[in-house]
Amino acid sequence: MKKVKVIKIDVDKCNGCRACEAICSAFHSEPKYSSTNPERSRIRVLFDPLKDVYVPVLAGEYTEAECNGRDIYTIDGKVYDECAFCRASCPSRKLFKDPDSDLPLKCDMCEDEPPLEEPLCVQWCLSDALTYEEREEEGEEEEKPGEMEIGLESLIKKHGAKKVKDTLARLAKD
Amino acid sequence: MRYAETGVNLEIDLSRGSIEKEGTDPKLTELHLGGLGTNAQILWDRVPPEVEPFSPDNLLIFSAGLLAGTPAPGANRTIVSTFSPQTLLMAYSIMGGFWAPELKFAGYDKVVIRGKSPKLVYLWIHNDKVEIRDASHLQGKGCLETEELIKQELKEPKAQVATIGLAGENRVYFASIEQGRSSASRGGIGAVMGDKGLKAIAVRGTKDVNVARPAEFMELCNEVLKYIKNRADNPIKGVPPILAGLGSPQEMTLHDEEWHTASFAWGNARHRRKDFWNKEIEEQWKGIQDKAVERLISCYNCPMKCGGIITHPKLERYMMKCYSKLTYTMAAMSDLDFGFKIAGLAQEYGVDGYTTPQVMAFALELYEAGILTDKDLPGFPSDNEERFFYLLEKIVRREGIGDVLADGVYWAAKKIGKGAEAYDHNTIKKHEQIPIKLGVLNPIYYLMWSTGEKINITQIEGQIPQAPFLTKEEREEFVKDWVQVPNDKFKDFILNWEPRTLPYYPTIEASCELVEWQETMHYIDDATGVCAGLSSFPIKPPYHIHNLPRLISLATGMDIDEAGLWQIAKRNRTLIRAINIRRGMRRIDEKPPEDHWRKRFPEIEAKLLDDYYKFKGWNNEGIPTKETLDGLGLEYVSQDLEQRGVYKEKKVKAAKSGLKKAKSQPKPATKRDSKK
Repeated sequence: MKKVKVIKIDVDKCNGCRACEAICSAFHSEPKYSSTNPERSRIRVLFDPLKDVYVPVLAGEYTEAECNGRDIYTIDGKVYDECAFCRASCPSRKLFKDPDSDLPLKCDMCEDEPPLEEPLCVQWCLSDALTYEEREEEGEEEEKPGEMEIGLESLIKKHGAKKVKDTLARLAKD
Repeated sequence: MRYAETGVNLEIDLSRGSIEKEGTDPKLTELHLGGLGTNAQILWDRVPPEVEPFSPDNLLIFSAGLLAGTPAPGANRTIVSTFSPQTLLMAYSIMGGFWAPELKFAGYDKVVIRGKSPKLVYLWIHNDKVEIRDASHLQGKGCLETEELIKQELKEPKAQVATIGLAGENRVYFASIEQGRSSASRGGIGAVMGDKGLKAIAVRGTKDVNVARPAEFMELCNEVLKYIKNRADNPIKGVPPILAGLGSPQEMTLHDEEWHTASFAWGNARHRRKDFWNKEIEEQWKGIQDKAVERLISCYNCPMKCGGIITHPKLERYMMKCYSKLTYTMAAMSDLDFGFKIAGLAQEYGVDGYTTPQVMAFALELYEAGILTDKDLPGFPSDNEERFFYLLEKIVRREGIGDVLADGVYWAAKKIGKGAEAYDHNTIKKHEQIPIKLGVLNPIYYLMWSTGEKINITQIEGQIPQAPFLTKEEREEFVKDWVQVPNDKFKDFILNWEPRTLPYYPTIEASCELVEWQETMHYIDDATGVCAGLSSFPIKPPYHIHNLPRLISLATGMDIDEAGLWQIAKRNRTLIRAINIRRGMRRIDEKPPEDHWRKRFPEIEAKLLDDYYKFKGWNNEGIPTKETLDGLGLEYVSQDLEQRGVYKEKKVKAAKSGLKKAKSQPKPATKRDSKK
């Protein structure tokens, strides 16, 4: 059996305060909580008050290529932008990329030692737009790639393995 | 490295079109913290008292609070300071929203604007890139409209935009600066922005804001959040619903409006309607409000939901907060639907929600009294609500009588003459106040109305229940967990407060201390940028004098204790008084309107001011003494006041008061060419 962690998002309850962005970026800063910068957050609230559109989105997988077509959802008469519900860090938008390195960001459910009761975005969402759930599912627990692995993987995809290897070797010498 | 603050101000000269980035002196942070404190320091240093509000030499300062952008819940305030065309004194209005944190993330603490642009422009701040851009295509556009247009043309949906509407462009003395659901409205700062030819400031930042001692700082933030949650489940007992919770009054969810409708005055701040509120109206208004409020919304990093997205069949979606829901309604003696309808339009034009309805109700009274006639108001509708829409349009365009009314009640009454001044009965220091007229003098409120320099009672009051609890048991229950008091003697005030003891209780001595506590907490918030709704304004807030010194110390790396923080707040407060003293403000200007209370006590009132001034270290004219200033490290201020002969003046009589000279009204100058 494997444990599945779920953040449930209720867009109707979101008050657009972006506390989730603040605390996420603080948690992932080094040393922990030393800096805040929503642009580094792995959750972003896409919102447009004048359309009453509020969508907290968690950073998902990195993708090399953008979609071949887009969708536009209309829900309860409200039109949501293309990509509104997409979690990917993707070439088509600036979302979920570190502002300095441009490396993709991905939600890790606030993995920590000792483990947190709930991811911090959920803890800081007093509106209950974000709630947390764990459940058991059939299947093997898979090993998760670490931060550096994800970063390197995307660099390899972007520049090719050889170039990355060479650069690393050169930097290591310095 | 600088913590909490960025250590950089943007200096913009609109006359020359220059943009400079200036590193700031960390010593000033130690002395004034930031926000309002450092704004005041800049205004003292760089704007001599002779400078008119509509002079290129007047500065307009947008400042993020010291803690804005850190994870401290509710630290999101933008403090805008300049000199007011209406009061001729220092104006400082404060807004929530998202602008201040964004400015910090862009790498700046303040934007200091001087000069005047010959053409309407806007400022675009995107991290290190700062541009002055043409805004001629935005002339006459509404506030939300302008925000949207700028975000679109910059292709930056995440930019935060603070803007003026038509009223600011036309230098209406009560024009606001709007930003999404928030606004900095008091003192006519929008008019100064318009005078500078600055339509908007758009900002987008993707840099870090650092804190000095992260782990402990976060622990304290978590405690604050836990307390907020706890207070949501445990409202204060024995006070009206509006005072029971945290945040700015929860007007977007609250349906029980007995407190506002029965205690506040209607029309031109004149009529009490103690029996207005009943079940039928409550049902009717509940229906209107539930239909209008589509979603409850917040400012940056704050769990309170003080704002609402409003839909109305006659309007585009807009956002509202707090008491603006009722100010137009009550000035027009109308209903809630009218309030929602006109507030949306007024916000698009960018005018203050307190002053504007009162100016219009004042005009209506003059019309009913025959002082204004159909000649002044050509085509004036017969329908009451239509009349308010008519007046709003005239004012924001400065058209006809609107050009006179756009200067506010005080100046308009003078200009209109024919006895109009008798209808100006709700201004202090030339500025419209919250319309409230009560029975018996309240000594605490007497001092706050008189001496408050933010010109808005909500920005000086807070912390204490506004009426005594009826039973001893209730009082004991209330003080049990009252950890926010500076010390236990403040609890005695509540414990010994019996009903119907005004104006003799609280004693003058207690009143002085209570006012100073309330005011000090506001001055701290105004520097840190923590929202008053979580700190200085409500009863039993999460932030207070015992945890704020630690919060500020952990964020900044400075070492500040309670006495030190109190001293900083006192320094800022005294500096602002000195700025206004230098501009002519004296004791004679410090008085609530004649009819503010039905029962007045001139002797007690005089003694209150005498003793309060002494308590504050001010002389009998309300001027901070040399000893007081020097004791706060403000020797440069006392020297300046001394050189100007301020301490040698004889008692100022009404006619001689610098502030009362009507001729010093700022000239409307030439209006920008194409008014719409």
